[in-house]
Amino acid sequence: MHSKRLCLLALFLGGCIAGYLLLGARGNWAFVLPFRGNKLIALLLVAIAVSTATVLFQTITQNRILTPAIMGFDALYVLIVTILVYLLGGQVFLQLPAVGQFVFNTTLMLVAALALFGSLLTRARGDLMRMILTGIIFAVLFRAITDFLQRMIDPNEYAVIQISSYARFARIEVELLAIASVLTCAALIATWRMRHRLDVLALGPDAAINLGENPQRGMFQALIIIAVLVSVSTALVGPMAFMGLLVVSLAHMITPTASHAVLLPSAALISAITLVGGQFVLERVLGLSTPLIVVVDVVGGGVFLILLMRGKRR
Amino acid sequence: MIIVTDLSHKIGTAPILQDINMTLEKGGVTALIGPNGAGKSTLLSLIARLVPIQTGRITVDDLTIGACPTDVLARTLAILPQVIDTAPLLSVRELVGFGRYPYHKGRPTAEDHAKVDYALETFQLTPLADRRLETLSGGQRQRAQVAMTFAQDTDYILLDEPLNNLDIAASRSLMAILRDLAATHSRTIVIVLHDINYAAAYADQIVAMKSGQIVATGSPEAIVTDRLLQDVFQTDPKVHCLNGKMMVQV
Repeated sequence: MHSKRLCLLALFLGGCIAGYLLLGARGNWAFVLPFRGNKLIALLLVAIAVSTATVLFQTITQNRILTPAIMGFDALYVLIVTILVYLLGGQVFLQLPAVGQFVFNTTLMLVAALALFGSLLTRARGDLMRMILTGIIFAVLFRAITDFLQRMIDPNEYAVIQISSYARFARIEVELLAIASVLTCAALIATWRMRHRLDVLALGPDAAINLGENPQRGMFQALIIIAVLVSVSTALVGPMAFMGLLVVSLAHMITPTASHAVLLPSAALISAITLVGGQFVLERVLGLSTPLIVVVDVVGGGVFLILLMRGKRR
Repeated sequence: MIIVTDLSHKIGTAPILQDINMTLEKGGVTALIGPNGAGKSTLLSLIARLVPIQTGRITVDDLTIGACPTDVLARTLAILPQVIDTAPLLSVRELVGFGRYPYHKGRPTAEDHAKVDYALETFQLTPLADRRLETLSGGQRQRAQVAMTFAQDTDYILLDEPLNNLDIAASRSLMAILRDLAATHSRTIVIVLHDINYAAAYADQIVAMKSGQIVATGSPEAIVTDRLLQDVFQTDPKVHCLNGKMMVQV
């Protein structure tokens, strides 16, 4: 049953991709296809990174409401970029090679995420309210420090940060694509190899130990993968608050299963359909009147509220 | 054989267990009893490596807890985990199938499928095999979990207050299943029980604990006495002997 639904999702995504690449193109195909192809690859990377990071996070925290974005992972990334611009100065920062910059940010992100969230997840596991509160406080704190630093710096340098503080799909940083693809692929391969262990980790720490898995080790590996994936998606398009929650909730509805071998591809496909299909409709059909992320966040925010109201944590 | 040597445990500064020395022979059903806060569950969690050992040493057969690889231990010792509320989407067959994970690591063989089928049959779960856990009654879920530990095929099975929230029918049937596991499948069962009457009726051996220490070990006839209950539980119910079984009047 699940494999049939996955095939249908894949077909639908294929349609969206074809529409996005081919429809409404005027002029030289040799120019249009690579141009749109790059953007398409970026959209796919972001879509899969967000959905996979969310599934991993929900598995290690055993809930269906929290996502890396809600817990402030994206805000942490923006904060790290801001601190770098503040310390180095916008000009120096811009002169760094894009790839070096990105790798540096990602490394800092890894360290910060492990330090902050590693201990929180160990201590507050199972205490959903405490996790939500801590996450909200983290996110607000990160944004407040970011704002503070942005006030202190030169307005010209502020523009450098602003680019990375807002979600944008129309203007994607294409020069990062190569390194982002490599990192995402590595993270996805690691996740896929973990899929059976993730099934066991989802049963809770005691059950995982009983079955011979080390939950602590699994959690740290998952956190590392999440930090890499969030860095990739935030660097490419900026923070997206409710996108992950929306697509993973949809995946739970369309393919209701506890098996990560189904859930991971299902969430990735739905996520890709949301981004590519949404971008296709907005750019080609409606003529780019609204940024896609606004639509996604409104719908995703609604889902978040509904899940909280229904108290359905699992 | 489970051997516990000089085991002490603290949570913060509060001592939970003090210098526990205990030897549990292979085979049979052993019940841990004692008042709330006696350290029974902590002792069980330490044996099952759910909580890291602070001081002391525990060995199960030739495996030392904490030193041997955890996935090796998972093929020797199982603890009945509380997974119900974290995994409502699982079907009974999937849950029981997890019991084989220590052997196949996610790639079940024909033998694993056969063992899962056998476990489902043994616990009369075959008609429920494709039902989701959330649609089952408490007793049925508990039975599915025990079937999972059975499928794990370990010599030792630990259970922490498995009768909680079970009615008398489900409790008696679960205890009868555990007795049968010990008798016909030669598993060693260690179980934390609150109700002394269940311990007296179904256990071969009782270990009585009080404030982090073992007070007495022995057969139900030797342990369930007026004097010992008074000493361990600080209360004085009357103990009767009925058809050779000890019974506490509550």
